[in-house]
Amino acid sequence: MIKTEGLTYTYSQGTPFEKTAVKNVDLQIEEGAFVGVIGHTGSGKSTLIQHLNGLIKPTSGKVYIDGQDIHDKSVKLRDVRFKVGLVFQYPEYQIFEETVYKDIAFGPKNMGLDEAETDKRVRETAALVGLDETLLEKSPFELSGGQKRRVAIAGVMAMRPKVLILDEPTAGLDPKGREMILGQIKEYHEKTHSTILLVSHSMEDVARFAEMILVMNKGEVFCYDTPPNVFTRADEIAEIGLSVPQVTKVFSLLRQKGIDIRGDVYTVEFALKTIKEYIARKDGKNNA
Amino acid sequence: MDIVKTDDLTFWYSDPADESETAAAGEKKTTVFEHLDISIEKGSFTVVLGHNGCGKSTLAKHMNAILLPCGGKVFAAGIDTSDDSRLFDIRRHIGMVFQNPDNQIVASVVEEDVAFALENMGVPQDVMRERVDDALKAVGMYEYREHSPSQLSGGQKQRIAIAGVIAMRPDCIVLDEPTAMLDPAGRREVMKTIRRLNRDNGITLVLITHYMDEAAKADRVIVMDKGKVILDDVPQNVFSNVDMLKEVGLDVPQSTQLMYAMKNDGFDTADTHIINEEACADYLYELLR
Repeated sequence: MIKTEGLTYTYSQGTPFEKTAVKNVDLQIEEGAFVGVIGHTGSGKSTLIQHLNGLIKPTSGKVYIDGQDIHDKSVKLRDVRFKVGLVFQYPEYQIFEETVYKDIAFGPKNMGLDEAETDKRVRETAALVGLDETLLEKSPFELSGGQKRRVAIAGVMAMRPKVLILDEPTAGLDPKGREMILGQIKEYHEKTHSTILLVSHSMEDVARFAEMILVMNKGEVFCYDTPPNVFTRADEIAEIGLSVPQVTKVFSLLRQKGIDIRGDVYTVEFALKTIKEYIARKDGKNNA
Repeated sequence: MDIVKTDDLTFWYSDPADESETAAAGEKKTTVFEHLDISIEKGSFTVVLGHNGCGKSTLAKHMNAILLPCGGKVFAAGIDTSDDSRLFDIRRHIGMVFQNPDNQIVASVVEEDVAFALENMGVPQDVMRERVDDALKAVGMYEYREHSPSQLSGGQKQRIAIAGVIAMRPDCIVLDEPTAMLDPAGRREVMKTIRRLNRDNGITLVLITHYMDEAAKADRVIVMDKGKVILDDVPQNVFSNVDMLKEVGLDVPQSTQLMYAMKNDGFDTADTHIINEEACADYLYELLR
C-alpha cells in the first residue's frame, strides 16, 4: 500500500542551516495495517509522514501509494490527498466552519460527492467518533476541547481515505479522552479496513493498539516489526531515549536480577500470562 | 505550616450565554465546588489528579488569586486572596506555571523573559542580575541566557517559565499540567527540575497532571472528581484504589495494574500499594526465584 525507496529529505539544502531530517528510508506498509509510529522529537517521524501524501517532496528517493509514484507527472496530488488523509497535531486549531456538520462535510464536498452521500458520511462519521446528532448544528467553537478534536478527526475520516495518518491525536487529553479517541480510531480501522498510521509518544498506547510498530531514530528507521519483536529490544529502545512501558521495565529488571523470563512483555495481561507460565514451568521442573 | 489553605471554598461560573430571565434569578450557574477544605503544607510536593472538568484547574487558579471564591476563603501564604491590596504579595509568594509553553514567554531573549516580573516589581539592577542568573542555573538553562526563546524546545521553554517564577523567590509554585504538551524527554527535564527545586530549595509544589508516573513521585496525591476530593493520601495508598480510579476515568501505573490483576487471579500476596517498577520487580523476584 505504502512504499518508500531511499527516501531522503534535507531541510534548507545549500544553506548553513542544512539538516537531513530523513535518511534513506525504505519502508513497506501492507494494506489494512495498523501501524504505531514512535520516535522522539527530531527523529524525523513528522517529516516522514508528510511525505506520504505529498505535502513534502523528497530530496531524493520515491514514495509509492498503491503502486503509483506520487510524484509521477501522470498522478494528481489532489487524488493522493483524498487517498491518504492526514490529521495534524492539535487538529482542533484548524476548524473553521460555522457548524460541526459543515466542518465534517467540508472534505467530502471537496471530493465532489453529492449531497446525499455527504450527508450519509457526515452522520456516520459523527456517530463513530461519539458526537451526538444534536451537536451537528452547533458551532464547533462551543464544544469542549476533546469534542473539537473529534470533530477535526471526523472531518478527515469522512473522506474515507484508504490510509489515515494521525499525528499525536491524543496530545494534551486526559486519560478518559485518550482512551475514547484511541478506541474510536480502532473501531474505524475495524469497520473500514483502512491502513492506519498512528504517531505517538506513548509506547503504552501504541503497544495496546498497533499491529506493527515503526521506530524512528535520527532520521532513520530503527526498526519496523510486530510489538513482541520490537519489545524484545526494549533495552536498545530505552538507550535511544524512548520510554518503554512500565511492565517492560519490570521484566527487564527481573532479567537483570537473574530470572530467566521473557523480556518482550508490554501489556499487563501479557505480563500476568508470562508470570503464570513461568511458575508452571518452574513447578514442572521441581516435580520432575 | 500551611502555605495555601482553602476554607469552605465555594465557586461557580455563571453561564454567560444565559443572561436572560433565569440568570437574573441566579439559577443558571455551573457550580465547580462547594465547601472545599484543602491545606497544602509548606515544603511539600502535592499532586492533584482528576479528569477534565473536575475542578482541579479552577482550584489552582484560586491559589494565587487569579480566581476569587464565591463563598468561603482562600489563604495564600497567610494572606486572604480576596484582599485586593495584597495581590502583588500573593503572586510573589505563589507562582504559577501553565500548560502551553508558547503562551507564557513574553520577551525575545531568555534572560529578559526571566527578568520580566522582577522589573515589574522594581527590583534593583544588581539584585536582578543575581536572581536571574540563580534562577536560570536552578533550571539548568544558564547557558541559554542569551538565546531567543523561539529556538528552544517545549521542555526548555517550560523551564524558562519556571525560572521566571523562581526569580521572584516564591514559597510555592503551582503548575497546571506543565508537561501535557511536551514529549517524553521534555517531560523528564521539567519533572527533574521541579523535584530538585522542592528537595534542595524547599519550594512547595502543587502539580496538576494527568500523568500517573508523575503523581507516583509526590508526597501526597489529591484526587478530585466533580469538584470534590475523593482521595487524599500518599501515592501508594491512593493508587491501591484501582477500581475507584478507573471509575472516575483515571489511570493507575502499570505496576499497580499488574499487582491488581495478579491479586484477582489468586496471587494473595500481590500488593496493590506497589506503584513503581523497582518495587514491582522486587516483589516478582521474591515470588519467582
